[in-house]
This record gives sequence, structure tokens and C-alpha cells, in this order.
Amino acid sequence: MSSYIALNYWELAGASIFVLIDAGLSIAFGLGMHRSFLFAAVRMVVQLALVGLVLTTLFSTVSPLRTGLAAFGMVVFAGHEAAQRQGRRLAGWWAYGLGTGSMMIASAMVTLFALVTVLRPNPWYDPRYAIPLLGMILGNCMTGVGLGLDTLTTSLVNRRAGVEAQLMLGASRQVAAAPVMREALRSALMPVINSMAATGVVSLPGMMTGQILGGVPPAEAVKYQILVMFLIAGGTGLGAVTAVLGGLYRLTDARHRLRLDRLTAARAG
Amino acid sequence: MTTQAAALPAERAHVQTDEPLLSVRDLRTAILTPASLSLSAGECVAIRGPSGSGKTLLLRAIADLDPGEGLVCLAGRDRTTMSGPEWRRQVGYVPAEPGWWADTVGEHFTDWAAASPTVRDLRILEDARAWPVTRLSTGERLRLALVRALLVGPKVLLLDEPTAALDPASVAAVETLIAARRRAGLGVLWVTHDERQAARVAERCLTVRGGQVREEDGACPAISR
Repeated sequence: MSSYIALNYWELAGASIFVLIDAGLSIAFGLGMHRSFLFAAVRMVVQLALVGLVLTTLFSTVSPLRTGLAAFGMVVFAGHEAAQRQGRRLAGWWAYGLGTGSMMIASAMVTLFALVTVLRPNPWYDPRYAIPLLGMILGNCMTGVGLGLDTLTTSLVNRRAGVEAQLMLGASRQVAAAPVMREALRSALMPVINSMAATGVVSLPGMMTGQILGGVPPAEAVKYQILVMFLIAGGTGLGAVTAVLGGLYRLTDARHRLRLDRLTAARAG
Repeated sequence: MTTQAAALPAERAHVQTDEPLLSVRDLRTAILTPASLSLSAGECVAIRGPSGSGKTLLLRAIADLDPGEGLVCLAGRDRTTMSGPEWRRQVGYVPAEPGWWADTVGEHFTDWAAASPTVRDLRILEDARAWPVTRLSTGERLRLALVRALLVGPKVLLLDEPTAALDPASVAAVETLIAARRRAGLGVLWVTHDERQAARVAERCLTVRGGQVREEDGACPAISR
């Protein structure tokens, strides 16, 4: 990394004036958001500072065990976040297990693919490549899995009469639930399509911007970004399909019944 | 579906024995207490009981839409020896509020040509095929769901208040249609709140109260609400 401008803490503190302005706006217009604003800003600073520390130690000791543990921790946290966002959750350990499992399978496969066949760092598990790559894939995969499962459960509940009507006429669970499955997968994959279509025109992706600010030639940064978008598309698709099919499997049974009793009650928000 | 229709005469020969068409022994779910009943070919049994007593749950359990324990057989064959869909094609269920999974009426019928004579018998215009489902009245939905269920060719039909929202002429049309199918061997469990209808259509009555199913002796007597 040749030419980048290092920031010092005073400059950062100066930029935080904008958060204070937002908080001031909240007070001026009676939005009641100033506490959340300041709390979220402080939380972000603390989280990122901790991540900086963790990454510094991880990168200094290129250890497969530590890299693996960090990756595992990220997946578990993503699974927790995805479950938190569900209006209705699967009962029991499925609530966390299904989302976490799908993300683990999908993001591990895609990240390993990129590390082993495209980027080929030495060693392949070098955390300087593995961890940021996994983070970007996982973040998008989490959105896809969360949306897919949320749509699946909500739609199964709302369209229960229609799904059961087909079951009553002797349809299999695959046929009866096909419209719901399609709806869930569509809502899971839509953000990926949108972000690919808008990238470069509407939004300059954070990673690419970061590389350019770090002194990488734009053409090189663009190549990295394209790679990452492909990986994100793959990870999200794989994760969403695994989660939605797994959820469908759980919410029906071998006698081809709809088993909404395996959902917990709806929560507000 | 056509194969089942072709198999019907053989089945009827089978029915001449004492074997009931549908037999339910100690069927219980999370809510129902053990229920037992039997139904012969061509027979109609009325099911009555206060709202919320478990009539719908009984039908759902027999159709294997809710998990239940106990022995349920069709012509002597235990339902666990066949798949859920296979069972439901022979033991059809028409709920009080039928569900729809597509936009237009016609999409819910694999063979509208086969359905249209029955649709006409039930006093619904044939144009209904192109209608959006949202245009249907409650009564039209009930009748179309009945046609849909009959097209599968079931041996037993479970009806949950099939004439609740119908005008008298349509009630008569539904009763006539079911009577004709019974003469061909169809067994019917018919949930109704109407005592006179129960007396008209059924030979026997069951009452469901607090999840308990009891057989009434003789003709269907009046029950207190």
C-alpha cells in the first residue's frame, strides 16, 4: 500500500460534528431521535475500534485456527441478526440453526472458491483476504436469508388457505407451496439484482472507494469490485435457496401437511 | 383421477361386505378426544354441535391435514400405508371457507370441460371460468370448491357447512348433486347447523361437543344450541 493519507484522531473528532448536527436537528424538530443517534454513533465507533484491534492481531499472526474462529464468530453473529429480524420465527433451535447453517454453507463455499481459485493468497487462509471477503459476502447473504425466511413464513401464514386447498385436493407439499417458495426466493434475490444494476451509476461501492482512497488504481479496484459482486450474488442465492427450502421442509411434514404450529407467534416489528 | 373413476365398480362390489367404507377408531389430536365413527358406501352422516366444538378439527384430522393418532381406514386399508396426497385424493375435504391459490377461477380446475356440467347443475354461469376469484360471492366459492373436490374422484367427501351461505334453490341443487353421487357409492360426512337439513340429507347423526364425538341413536333429533 503506497500512497494513502493517514487520519489522526482530531480530524475524526472534527468530522463527528455532522452526527452532532443530526442530533441537533432531531431536537429542533422534536423527532426524539437524538439519543438513538448518539448511541448508534458511539456504538459504531466502539465496534469498529474493537474490530481494528482484532484484525490487527489476526493479520500479525497468520493462524488458520484463529482465522477459522473469527469466521465462525462472524457467521454466528450474522445468524443471530437474521433471526432477530424475523416477524415469525421457527420454533426451537431451527430459528437460529436454519439461518446460521444456510449462511455458513453458502458463505464458506463462495469464500473458499474465491480464495482457492481466484485470489490465491499464500497461504490461502491468509486472514487479510479471507476475513474481509467473508464479511462482504456474509453481510449480503444475511440480508437475503433474512428476507427469504421472513417472506416464506409471512406468506405461508397469509396464504395458508390457498396452500391447504391444494393439499386437500391431493397435491404434494412441493406443488402446494411452490407459489410461496417462488415469492420468498424472489424477495431474497431482488436486492442483489438491484445492487448489481445500480452499482457504478447510482452507488460507488464502499470497497472500491476504499481501495481507491488507499491508492489502488481505479481499474484494479473495479476488477476487485466485480469479483466481489459475483461472489455476493452467488453467496446470497445459495444461502437463500438453502434457507427457504429448509424452512419449507420444516413447515411441512412427511404426510404433506402444512405445519404452521412449528412457528412462534408474530412479533411486532 | 380417471383411473379412480374406472375403479369404482370394483370398489362397489367390495362394499357389499360388512366392511365400512371409512372407519375411524380412537382418532385424537392435540384438541380432539379419541373419536370413533364409521361410514358405509353411499351413506351420509350429519355432524352437528355448537360452534367451536371441534367439528372442523374432526374433519381436518380425518383428511390428515392435522397430525393425529389412531386408526383411520378406507375400505379396510390403513391410511398410514399410503401417502398423505394419495389419502386426500380419496377422502376429499371441502372447508367452510375454501382457499384459492391463483387469480382466476379457471386456474383452479385442471379440466374445466369436465367441471362445467356440474358447475351448471350448481347454478353458476359457465363464464365464471374467466372471473377473478375476488369477484365470487361466498356461496359461489363454496359451490365451486365442491365441484373442484368432486373432480378428483373421492370415495369419501367431508363437507363443512357446504350450504351455509346459499339461497334455497342453490341449497337444493347441492343436496341433489350429493344425493346423486351417493347413489354411485360416495360416502359423506356433512357438518350442518340446520336440523332440517340434517334430517333431509343424513341417515345418522353425530354430535361433537368440547372435542368429544358421540353417535346419536335413531333419526337425527333436535339438539340444543
